[in-house]
Amino acid sequence: MKQFEYVRPATVAEAIAAAAQPGATYLAAGTNLLDLMKGNVSRPDRLVDVTHLDGLDQIERLADGSLRIGALVGNADLAHDAEFAKAYPAVAEALLAGASAQLRNAATVGGNLLQRTRCAYFYDTASRCNKREAGSGCDARDGENRTHAVLGWSDSCIATHPSDFCVPLVALDAVVEIEGRGGRREIALDELHRLPGNTPERESVLAPGDLIVAVRLPAAARGFAAHARYLKVRERTSYAFAIVSAAAALRIENGKIAEARLALGGVAAKPWRARAAEDVLKGVAPTADAFQEAAWRALADAKPSGDNAYKIELARRIVVRALTLAAAGTPARIPALPASPFASTSGAIHA
Amino acid sequence: MPELNLTSAPAHLRHGSSIGQPLTRRDGVLKVKGQATYAADNHPPGMLFAVIAASSIAHGRVTSLDVAAAKRHPGVVEVMTPDHKPQLAIDPEIKTNPFVFRMEVLQSNEVRYANQPIAVVIAETLEAATEGAVLLAPRYETLPALVGLDAGKSYVPPVVGVGNPTENHLGDVDAGLAAADKKIDAIYETPAQYHNAMEPHAIVAHWDGDRLQIDMPTQGLMLSLARVAELFGIAHDKIHIRSPFLGGGFGSKGLMAGPPALGIMAAKLVGRPVKLVLRREQMYGPVGHRAPTRQRLRIGADVEGRLTALDHHARTVSSTFDDFYEPAADASHTLYAAPAIRTSHDAVRVNTGTPLFMRAPGEATGSIALESAIDEMAWTCGMDPLAFRLKNYAEVEPITGKPFSSKALRACYDQGAARFGWAKRSLQPRQMRDDAGLLVGWGMGTATFPALMFQAQARAVIRRDGSGAMEIGAHDMGQGAWTALAQIAADELGLDIERVEFKAGSSDLPDAGIAGGSAHTATAGAAIHSAGAAVIAKLADLATGDERSPLFGAGNTGVIARDGRLIRRDDESRGESYTEILARAGVAEVEARGTGAPNPAAMEEYAMHAHGAVFAEVKVDPELGQIRVTRMVGAFAAGRIVNPHLVKSQLFGGMIWGLSFALHEEAITDRRSGRIMNANLGEYHIPVNADVPPLDVITVEEHDPHVNALGIKGVGEIGITGSAGAVANAVWHATGVRVRRFPIRIEELLTQR
Repeated sequence: MKQFEYVRPATVAEAIAAAAQPGATYLAAGTNLLDLMKGNVSRPDRLVDVTHLDGLDQIERLADGSLRIGALVGNADLAHDAEFAKAYPAVAEALLAGASAQLRNAATVGGNLLQRTRCAYFYDTASRCNKREAGSGCDARDGENRTHAVLGWSDSCIATHPSDFCVPLVALDAVVEIEGRGGRREIALDELHRLPGNTPERESVLAPGDLIVAVRLPAAARGFAAHARYLKVRERTSYAFAIVSAAAALRIENGKIAEARLALGGVAAKPWRARAAEDVLKGVAPTADAFQEAAWRALADAKPSGDNAYKIELARRIVVRALTLAAAGTPARIPALPASPFASTSGAIHA
Repeated sequence: MPELNLTSAPAHLRHGSSIGQPLTRRDGVLKVKGQATYAADNHPPGMLFAVIAASSIAHGRVTSLDVAAAKRHPGVVEVMTPDHKPQLAIDPEIKTNPFVFRMEVLQSNEVRYANQPIAVVIAETLEAATEGAVLLAPRYETLPALVGLDAGKSYVPPVVGVGNPTENHLGDVDAGLAAADKKIDAIYETPAQYHNAMEPHAIVAHWDGDRLQIDMPTQGLMLSLARVAELFGIAHDKIHIRSPFLGGGFGSKGLMAGPPALGIMAAKLVGRPVKLVLRREQMYGPVGHRAPTRQRLRIGADVEGRLTALDHHARTVSSTFDDFYEPAADASHTLYAAPAIRTSHDAVRVNTGTPLFMRAPGEATGSIALESAIDEMAWTCGMDPLAFRLKNYAEVEPITGKPFSSKALRACYDQGAARFGWAKRSLQPRQMRDDAGLLVGWGMGTATFPALMFQAQARAVIRRDGSGAMEIGAHDMGQGAWTALAQIAADELGLDIERVEFKAGSSDLPDAGIAGGSAHTATAGAAIHSAGAAVIAKLADLATGDERSPLFGAGNTGVIARDGRLIRRDDESRGESYTEILARAGVAEVEARGTGAPNPAAMEEYAMHAHGAVFAEVKVDPELGQIRVTRMVGAFAAGRIVNPHLVKSQLFGGMIWGLSFALHEEAITDRRSGRIMNANLGEYHIPVNADVPPLDVITVEEHDPHVNALGIKGVGEIGITGSAGAVANAVWHATGVRVRRFPIRIEELLTQR
């Protein structure tokens, strides 16, 4: 393993100063970073361990009705916070559909947002990868790519963002609070991740030293609690990334959809907000036809990047199903198999 | 290695027969406390860490290694390369016997597959050795890689599996097909799979002068020892291998592979003990795998659904430098009573590590294709799949015409079907739904695996304090040898299991053969049986020949050993304890050796196989294509069951492996580079707990007087066969979509709504 410096700053300001240096990277739970280092994919000179910083592990209800989730809140802790799960059920369901119980216990909210793609060519250091080594080429493009992107990809990169958590967050207009050398700022989560274009090595809009300190859900996000689901199709019931996933949230008034939110996971280099689909649902009754129309709108720009044309049809069907489930109403309890098409089958204790 | 402290829970203390009792594993407490010493847990003083640098190309040669950069790294002690390594006593390319495979031990710069070892870095710490391997920054001359089942010109190998004929014939297949009323002709594909034992291959090698101490997981202590002896030119008695526990093997730890040999070379090079452990991704190359197959099945049946012909051809691959051929088509030899059978194989060479035995080699790959095809044939004939199998039930082994030594398959079908509720199955596919609207499908498969025997020895002792010992270099891969073999030993010595010191897992004990072919309990058990009988006979001689003994003169009548006593067979009131016999005779102990081996006469006369029937229920989301197995019932007849608890665990494991074969497992090889793109347990999918439904195993009573003295057939591998096909057939029954490429992927089920 490459030798590296390990620093444990006492304050956010110290952390930013330490991480702004070239070759430095933040370490939270390390559920992704340590694997990347063991695989020689990431070779940082300095790890800035933020897990001992004070005040980043709180879940706070703010005066304006929004919820502020500290970046160091654990994924499992957040998902199992009863009040949180009640107010933002699709987010809790997505969290519980991610990784494995052991990883969820370790992983943090901030780290989850910045996890790297699972493209095999990114991980295989003998392959060409524009994301890992700018300008080297993309071996995924003509390689084994049945799980790669169908939206927003470029010839430089067809990788997907693997997070489940980000999908309902982006649907609910989550905001990311960032501390950096220039002070504090906040951006919409939808603007955090970049599409690859010609610079897939630049995955987010963060500058060196920028530290995500919190994720905020605006007050309006609570308005969807009665009709919000996350649905994830994967190749095994737990511990597998989504082939395609969707978060659907509806505000239904007098039998009509007052407002719809829809985002897709596993389809692009970022959690994919489907605004055109949301627009066609506004003000209409929650019918199968409306959901079909929304699905066509959501995937209108999709195109295969390889052996993955099926993902477009699958994504359409997942959109329809997720909207149908959301319209039926959030279940009283999160199912034992969260986000699974088999959530309704009995027998499973948990995934 | 400290003395093993094996335990039994008090509830399991028993008197009388140990065989047949469901003892929990005696090494269980050690394992849950982390006190079971696996190979990599050994740290002799002065030990260094060795890390393999592996090739990132699949074909070509290494043109440069930056040895200086690696050596400059703090903590790096040595770099072993083709130009700088200890000499071996023989060329590692020479096959001295059929169980020797060619290995890469830095004999040249040539690269034959991805992940081939190309150098070894030895350092004071694991971290330093790991970074040293990165700093070597190898450069290559890359040649085009041969990848896939169509990589080149096919050829017919001389043998498949272990010396099986490449082709077998019975009757006239072409005539049978021509005369058939109904026919199918279908092609099935299975992918490359890797053993992925939880414990990676590891070695701690320690040279002490010309003596060599090795800690290494092995399924074949004496085979490994013999290979080490010939590679390093040292006498057998200078080598000691300890292998008390294996964290799984599944065939990948059966034969000595290159990496442990590199560990021994590294220790020799630096003159200090060395530990070498493979990284997970390095297990995808030099330590064997299951080769991919493409199998064509042509089956004909008459108007009544009786088979007229069965033609099974399998294409597979081997490496460019050695030969192992997955004998997939041989699965069609024993199960179904076709009057005409042809099985054949061909192969292409690809840039891969040499394929090897992997749990049910040939049987697993062949079974999923055959059981799928039989299911298709039943549907074509308009028959229930179980009724079709019963119609074509083989009363004698079809390919040889030999009677079976025993075959309780009919009972397996009956009991499994009853437990599952098979009679309520709809004939048509896509007819069943659950309350949530999910498609429900039921499928079945027949399980079979040969009842094999190898050779083994054991040494038995009875001591004056009334205790006994049984020594045998047997292997516990997790299947429970420490427990099951000790149970046999206890019965053979006529002692409670707690009074028997059972020794295993070390090369200084009598040769137990290999833990493979589902034959270890039968083989080692036969040796234990024979050694136990011999030592009891010696003890009986002491008693029956001594007029002071109450057993005097019982020589012709015979005596029974029970509870530490010998008693007259014809008068159980007369007997005496082992302690009394040995005390009076003035000896500290008596000992005897025994041998277990196959009986050639019985093998000539009978076909010997275990059988089973597996029933599976799957649910499939009709729109999204995701599949979930919701129920499995397996009924197996495998002769005598030594420990029902361990046997069920073995069968559960096999059934889960079958589920995995049908739905999950696949090594994804980049079609251009020949590199495996999912060489880790995150992306090489096996079922997680949430994928495994409640499993129901029935062990069907079966008495077999011919297979061996104990009537044991073995259960290590049979659970995979039948199960994989049952799941695949259930997916068809649920959806109406017949997928012939495994594992079944979601996209194949999206074609229909």
